[in-house]
Amino acid sequence: MADTVLEIRNLVKKFDGHIILNDLDMNVQEGEVVVILGPSGCGKSTLLRCINGLEEIQSGSVRIQGKEISGTKENAGLLRQKVGMVFQSYDLFPHLSVLGNIMLSPVKVQKRKKDEVKEEALELLKKVGLADKADSYPRQLSGGQKQRVAIVRALILHPEILLFDEVTAALDPEMVREVLDVILSLAKQGKTMLIVTHEMQFAKAVADRIVFIDEGKIMEEGTAKEFFEHPQTERAKKFLHVFSFEDVR
Amino acid sequence: MNQQMIELLAGGIKETLYMTLVSTFIAYVIGIPLGVICFITDKNGICPGRIIHLVTGILINLLRSVPFLILLVAIIPLTRLIVGTTIGSTATIVPLVVAAAPYVARMVESSLKEVDAGVIEAAKSMGSSRLQIIYKVLLPEAKPSLLVGGLISMATILGYSAMAGFVGGGGLGAIAINYGYYRYQTDIMFVTVAFLVLIVQLFQEAGIWLVNRIDKRSA
Repeated sequence: MADTVLEIRNLVKKFDGHIILNDLDMNVQEGEVVVILGPSGCGKSTLLRCINGLEEIQSGSVRIQGKEISGTKENAGLLRQKVGMVFQSYDLFPHLSVLGNIMLSPVKVQKRKKDEVKEEALELLKKVGLADKADSYPRQLSGGQKQRVAIVRALILHPEILLFDEVTAALDPEMVREVLDVILSLAKQGKTMLIVTHEMQFAKAVADRIVFIDEGKIMEEGTAKEFFEHPQTERAKKFLHVFSFEDVR
Repeated sequence: MNQQMIELLAGGIKETLYMTLVSTFIAYVIGIPLGVICFITDKNGICPGRIIHLVTGILINLLRSVPFLILLVAIIPLTRLIVGTTIGSTATIVPLVVAAAPYVARMVESSLKEVDAGVIEAAKSMGSSRLQIIYKVLLPEAKPSLLVGGLISMATILGYSAMAGFVGGGGLGAIAINYGYYRYQTDIMFVTVAFLVLIVQLFQEAGIWLVNRIDKRSA
């Protein structure tokens, strides 16, 4: 059996007394691609932010390869490198070139050699089809290109698990595809990923497992086929119904 | 205008530039760390600390709310302690710095506030330490805005330096007051003021040119 990369136990997250995540348990195995679905405000994004320590948690535990990520300030930095995160709004550093964006953390945080990092950065850029954009600045790129750079920026830290937080939500429909293709090819390479998305077709194609969250709890989980074809809970059925237009006509 | 007058004005320009540039520099040496501390210790900052935030905030507000002319007189003992005298342009630098540093700190703080919070979060998510976030993300990201703030601060300090002419400071301001105000030589006052305007204008143009060169954020 594959190793457990991410282990979440009894996770509780509150904002001003308001419960966002309610006693949530979850495991992600090495090489697994898990897609989190759920209505907006159900805590999907908050869950991702708890996993790489951007949000403090009230109780429970989040472990990466068996190591606790929350609470321990000293190794938070080290652990965060094991969790790569790609944001909806790209969040590239506007003052740095594409290459600068990608190389900043491996060189400054991980203290790796510049030439070696640069070589890998160019290699990765080539893979996502942006070899010619290495010296461009973020403002010169389209949304889809920015997001692919952001993915490379997360990849180069060699994370154990990659988190994608609605990475195509801010993109034009045509650009969604180029970003999703990159994620699909990462899935084929066996990268461990946790994906929050609203692209149902994509979820179907990429997911080993679907996790459906509502009101801070996991309501249902299963393979993509099970979930989309035979949802068990009423809540999931209602949710999926929103995406079908068959009854409208 | 005779030779003597020209020499007087040339000396005044030199002194004004000396006071303004040195004061701005020292004010930034103090103001940048102060502004950064104030920014990062905010409750949503990268290093929240209520007490430090409160203390720096009060210190800044306190010094900023004292009118410059009163500050100028009030800190005469401090000026004497540091420079050894209370008249001349070097002595003016002390009150200028005391007045400008908190002003600069607020400018720096507001420049840092313009940095996109998402970008700071991205840096955090990649495992950057707080110092790395300050040096590699916050300050470089805010650089164009910091420079614009620097220009505004410099023009303000120039104005303050002229005010110091009233209490024995040097530079163009002292000339304008001593000749134009006390001796009713209005022409000299106009010339000195014209020079002050010219200096501000030059700094502004040069600064904006520099800002446009280093700003990578917009086309």
